[in-house]
Amino acid sequence: MLAAIGVGSVDDLFAAIPASVRERPSLGPPLSEIEIRRLFGSLARKNANARETAFFLGGGLYHHYTSAIADQMLYRSEWLTAYTPYQPEVSQGTLQSIFEFQTHICLLTGLDVANASLYEGASALVEALLMAERLSRGRTRAVLSQGLHPEYRETVRTYLRNLALEVVEVPIGKDGATDPRGLAAAVDDATFAVALQSPNFFGVVEDWGAASGAARARGAVGVGVIAEAASLALLAPPGERGMDIACGEAQSLGVPMHDGGPILGFLACRTEHQRQIPGRLVGQTLDAEGRRAFCLTLSTREQHIRREKATSNICTNQGLMALAANVHMSLLGKHGLREVAVQSHAKAEYLKAGIAGVPGYRLPFSGPTFNEFVVEGPEPAAPLLSELARSGILAGIALSRYGGPPNQFLVAATEMNTREEMDRLISALAQRRGRR
Amino acid sequence: MSLEVEEKTGPADSLHPEPRQEPLVFERSGQGKRGYSLAPLDVPEVLALPPALLRDEVAGETEITEVEVARHFTRLSRLNFSIDQGLYPLGSCTMKHNPRINEEVARLPGFAAAHPLAPEEVSQGTLELAWRLEQALIELTGLARVTLQPSAGAQGELAGILMVRAALAREGNPRSTVLIPDSAHGTNPASAHFGGYKVRELKSNARGTLDTHVLEEAMTEDVAALMLTVPNTLGIFEDQILEIARIVHRKGGYLYCDGANFNSFVGIAKPGRMGIDVMHMNLHKTFSTPHGGGGPGSGPVAVCEKLAPYLPRPTVERRSDGTFFLEFERPQSIGRLRAFLGNYGMFVRALAYITSYGNRIGEVAENAVVNANYIRAGLAGTYHLKYDAPTLHEVVFSDKKQVERGVHNMDIGKRLMDFGFHPPTISFPLIVHGALMIEPTETEGKAGLDAFIRAMREIAREAEEDPQIVLNAPHTTPVRRVDEVGAARNLILRWKPKP
Repeated sequence: MLAAIGVGSVDDLFAAIPASVRERPSLGPPLSEIEIRRLFGSLARKNANARETAFFLGGGLYHHYTSAIADQMLYRSEWLTAYTPYQPEVSQGTLQSIFEFQTHICLLTGLDVANASLYEGASALVEALLMAERLSRGRTRAVLSQGLHPEYRETVRTYLRNLALEVVEVPIGKDGATDPRGLAAAVDDATFAVALQSPNFFGVVEDWGAASGAARARGAVGVGVIAEAASLALLAPPGERGMDIACGEAQSLGVPMHDGGPILGFLACRTEHQRQIPGRLVGQTLDAEGRRAFCLTLSTREQHIRREKATSNICTNQGLMALAANVHMSLLGKHGLREVAVQSHAKAEYLKAGIAGVPGYRLPFSGPTFNEFVVEGPEPAAPLLSELARSGILAGIALSRYGGPPNQFLVAATEMNTREEMDRLISALAQRRGRR
Repeated sequence: MSLEVEEKTGPADSLHPEPRQEPLVFERSGQGKRGYSLAPLDVPEVLALPPALLRDEVAGETEITEVEVARHFTRLSRLNFSIDQGLYPLGSCTMKHNPRINEEVARLPGFAAAHPLAPEEVSQGTLELAWRLEQALIELTGLARVTLQPSAGAQGELAGILMVRAALAREGNPRSTVLIPDSAHGTNPASAHFGGYKVRELKSNARGTLDTHVLEEAMTEDVAALMLTVPNTLGIFEDQILEIARIVHRKGGYLYCDGANFNSFVGIAKPGRMGIDVMHMNLHKTFSTPHGGGGPGSGPVAVCEKLAPYLPRPTVERRSDGTFFLEFERPQSIGRLRAFLGNYGMFVRALAYITSYGNRIGEVAENAVVNANYIRAGLAGTYHLKYDAPTLHEVVFSDKKQVERGVHNMDIGKRLMDFGFHPPTISFPLIVHGALMIEPTETEGKAGLDAFIRAMREIAREAEEDPQIVLNAPHTTPVRRVDEVGAARNLILRWKPKP
């Protein structure tokens, strides 16, 4: 091959790289597949995992049922080793699957148009806010509920800080829901978006109408944020309650937690706003012989054409995760998605009542919850949760991690939790209380 | 609709007797069918939510059996072209083989069923793996620190620009402009814009590289950074890189490296030695994590010591006793770019890949560069090469010779499908009109390269002698040429249930 190229050595091909910057790395000897299995197996065993513990962690990432067929479908080379479907004639599989994914998201959110997915929930919220800002033509203020996931809010600040856009946060009330009067008062004529999460970070189900009403009154865009997408099969969808954009995290719909990624951001909007939607979009069309076909569309919004004037800098979507979610949602369908939601809610209610019954424990918020809730105990939560984790119970997330009260923690339940596991958590808390 | 479509298609050709059209999954749905089962509810069924907060059933959602789901998605998959079927020379995207051990280890329950908010004591393995990957990337880049948080290359670009901005702002002036050569990928200017900067485009010279005097003239004390793709999108390494770095640094700016093409010199040379201050990498390119039909990506960023205080939060740290933890107390951090730690599953795959090469990872670059140059030699003369400077891992031809017969780069790409190959990249670099950007990667053998060269020569001959066959291509794909203009004019972006 070198002779065909016309060089004497491989090194000659690298002549443009100055000798002074060349350096081979020191990374140890190459490992075989057997050794990689061994090394990664030993690292994996050091972690608590949801399949082998009593698991109650949520906070925007949930241990729901994922159907066997969803993951097995991802192994197929045709899905795994293809790229962005720029060439529709050899990408109809990926394109049609995205079109179906877009449809599922529309049905669940009650909106007209959904994109091909985004990285994850927090950056999806950023993209939704930037979209609202473009629609507003010159407004500069985003109003965010403090019931939004704290990591989402931090992400928003990172992105908006350098774009001369202001963020105003509205606190939650005693019931754990965003104060509707505070929300309405925070919105002014410079406000381009009002963002509300439901269920919110504290698990409390919010009334979309409070935010959409406040937004409408001043000509702003209502942004509904969903971090627990399993709820969408039971709770009123944002699109039906006046929200203009729905965005967030769809990991619950068939994607494993993956230690936080890859997960699955989504964004949906109304038809009248579709030309400002960020990210990939798949549309239906015809081929040269008149057959139904699919292709990427409205790409003139995107960075590879519009460069610095693009609606977003994003290039990839979460293709494989959107596929997993499409397979999973399709399999569960109308009844399965609802059953997952109903079971998750019922289990969480059982656990909530059980923990609230342990002496010293109380529920700080009175608002209705879906499958996650805050409890306040008699001692600092972080050390308690670490101790329970060592005994195989992942009981929750300490709110002190996000600057919350030291004794409060967030507990989630899903259809994956058994009554026995929940009883184990309740009695572990009770016994500990007894020992004190 | 589906029946109509199937009737119209008629029986597929005898070599491929499978359906080449597939109804939508919603069209396969039928009342009363069921493909899932959940465990029976073992607690009282309660609905402790006011009716005003509830919805009716999700109208239009599916009712379907598992076998139908299996067939639907298997049939759909067969309408795709993929790396595992043949050469996928999509330039700049680095469509290399995805080793399957990576898929296996990423699915170990200790990674796939782990939660990033679990207590540190029961997360030591996940933290150690992230730390090990950071160390490997530090070793490969020669830079001081790495963040794994960005979800993809474009988010990595933004992270890098925001760190530059934070560092300059701390010195008193974030500056207003970022310089970007005209050969750059579209994400560069878009990321600079979302980082709050104006973009000034620099014109490439006749060799396709950046002239130092052009840079010298543009590089003022109002320029925050030069975003340079190394090697650039033509596959040409900027041989003036050291001088470029000097010019940028002399004015107090930062040299940003778009590492999308790191595949071409990984393990051969270290960007940190070149004066590069900040660089993102694409784990789905250089480090073999699967492209998955458009993602997930992962875009770690390596930075010099000076930018380290501004890394996204949290960082992964190791204590002197060998335990690992997440550090949130980083007051100068640019903040978060997303929830949680990043696309962790991609970290597992990338580290498995790097570990499988170890010290010999330079062979990746060597083989990628030999392969690209072999194709270049095989097609020089047949296709026009606008820039003839030596190239590394990819080569950008153009359709200039074929256009005389009315055949454009897109037609050539479509015709390649009939020969069993994916088309090259044709949408950029914008500085090559009618570009055919070819990147074979290191994982292709000589036989595959020869077959590709033969196909490209054959298409050139067809363009000369029988252009219609190229203009009407593809002829053998599941659908014929797709009406993309029609799709944008008459937007149908979802299926709708019958009212």
